Amino acid sequence: MALTVLYFARLRETLGVAREEIAPAHDLSSVAGLLDHLRSRGGAWQAALAPSQPFRVAVNQDMADALTALRDGDEVALFPPVTGG
Amino acid sequence: MTVRVQEADFDLSSEIAALRQGRPDIGAIAAFIGLVRDMNAGEAVAGLTLEHYPAMTQKALEAIVAQAKQQWKIDAVRVIHRVGRLRPSDQIVLVAVASSHRGEAFQACEFIMDYLKTQAPFWKQEQTPAGTRWVEARASDTLAAERWKKT
Repeated sequence: MALTVLYFARLRETLGVAREEIAPAHDLSSVAGLLDHLRSRGGAWQAALAPSQPFRVAVNQDMADALTALRDGDEVALFPPVTGG
Repeated sequence: MTVRVQEADFDLSSEIAALRQGRPDIGAIAAFIGLVRDMNAGEAVAGLTLEHYPAMTQKALEAIVAQAKQQWKIDAVRVIHRVGRLRPSDQIVLVAVASSHRGEAFQACEFIMDYLKTQAPFWKQEQTPAGTRWVEARASDTLAAERWKKT
């Protein structure tokens, strides 16, 4: 199971990465599983993706949440609350 | 095209002309234009950079327009959102809605703008005398979008 994970705006700057491919032997069947995996990296990852942080998640370019299921090849995006308009 | 995301500026008159061309059934057009202000959160703003999520932006805006079309009887919509570097007084966003009557046009225009503010993946970074900073999302924008769910 491989996922593409994208980071935008402040989150991209804080984590120092814009895009990565993830294929670990972890439970990645849902957004919650992916977030647990990313938080387990510790440091800025744990802080920026803490449940209390107001970040948003999109899966395959649609707004999603922790319960959203993930499939092989999905594109997951993590970003701060949007500020367009 | 109904929705456009672009670096270039836009012209309200030509957009409205295109929207109403060959449509004598249209009786009302409501348009909103958002501009870059030279001041935000108490600090001077010299300019801003608009980042977006290209693969998602178009899709998100089209979904918002589709929702508006389900809720109101509207005939044509134009949404243009700029990205890249902008300066104070520059135009950022245009939402124009054409309908037979003004009530639907006004409401759908405001709905699209409120949802764009909370659902479309754009982020503003401001240049101020103290350096660059990401603009914080505002709770009032979330409330503005949520009030449409109560009706």
